[in-house]
Amino acid sequence: MKSLLRVVLLSSALISSFASAVEFKQVQANESTVTFGYKQMGVPMEGKFAKFTAQTSFDPAKLAKAQARIDIDLASIDTGSEEANDEVVGKPWFNAKAFPNAGFVSTGVKALGGNRYEATGKLTIKGKTLDVSAPFTFQANGTRGLFDGVFTIKRLDYNIGEGVWADVSTVANEIQIKFHLVLIAAPNKK
Amino acid sequence: MNSSILRYNNTAMALHWLVALLIFAAFPLGVYMHDLPLSPTKLQYYSYHKWIGITILLLVITRVVWRFTHTPPPLPASTPRWEVVVSHITHLALYGLLLAIPLSGWLMSSAKGFQTVWFGVLPLPDLVEKNKELGQLLATVHQGLNVFLFLLVGMHIAAVIKHKFIDHDQILERMLPKGMSK
Repeated sequence: MKSLLRVVLLSSALISSFASAVEFKQVQANESTVTFGYKQMGVPMEGKFAKFTAQTSFDPAKLAKAQARIDIDLASIDTGSEEANDEVVGKPWFNAKAFPNAGFVSTGVKALGGNRYEATGKLTIKGKTLDVSAPFTFQANGTRGLFDGVFTIKRLDYNIGEGVWADVSTVANEIQIKFHLVLIAAPNKK
Repeated sequence: MNSSILRYNNTAMALHWLVALLIFAAFPLGVYMHDLPLSPTKLQYYSYHKWIGITILLLVITRVVWRFTHTPPPLPASTPRWEVVVSHITHLALYGLLLAIPLSGWLMSSAKGFQTVWFGVLPLPDLVEKNKELGQLLATVHQGLNVFLFLLVGMHIAAVIKHKFIDHDQILERMLPKGMSK
């Protein structure tokens, strides 16, 4: 009887800790996407990065501890046309030989109310690091956590598209970066 | 004598010469831009080409409507039967090509994943989805139709020269404003 009580107490403690403090850690690479949108001669274009890695830990109850680090393999870009794919890894654009990755490292996450949050952090592209903030929504679906966000960068801030390409009337300066991350929850150890 | 020439009306003349001018811009631009290395200039030329093409499509639709609602001035009574037949076929084919060529370009652009945005302002719907094979097929169709257009415009101009300098009739004057012909 005593041991049964202990089991019940222990398991209820486990369950409650699981319910109140779930940390979303394991990024599901095959379900997550990083895409981007831009305008070219007024024409909306969409592209994506096929390869990226993400290390994150997110517990809505402990935002102060939330962390995210995303590294994007720039050579895995798909701009929507082969001609452009060859072009954008070159020196005037990403110079992917010298700077193969773009990286985001979070510095903080704050709640915006409801399921909305905002991550701030450092975005490094082509050797240049700038502060960015990205609003996102978070939805927990059982043990699956869905993060969806979009933020805009100006490509010229990172010298993406130099020389003749610096003309923003052809390829717009604003690039919308969209991320959709699927994370699996792991119970908090502490 | 001059006043007796039955001319196309101003609307028909304006449409004819405007479309002619635009073809003489879009056609060489299309040939030239195709082999350019990727650059902002190339992207601009492609956009200009598409904008002109869609403009031609709209003007030619207007021309077809005009043609259905008006009777063109008659050919000289002396025109041989074979010339009447050939000229009807040529004009019919020209109208068809001037509708089919911009349309195939619009579809090709969609299939290749580039929406057409007229003058960078008015987005046209993508009537087909992005599809590499379809894009290549439509590129071939677009080029092939343009070869026909080149030949037919050549015939059209050759016929004008023949009528003007060999037959000495007033076929050309039907499409020229009053002040311009002697």
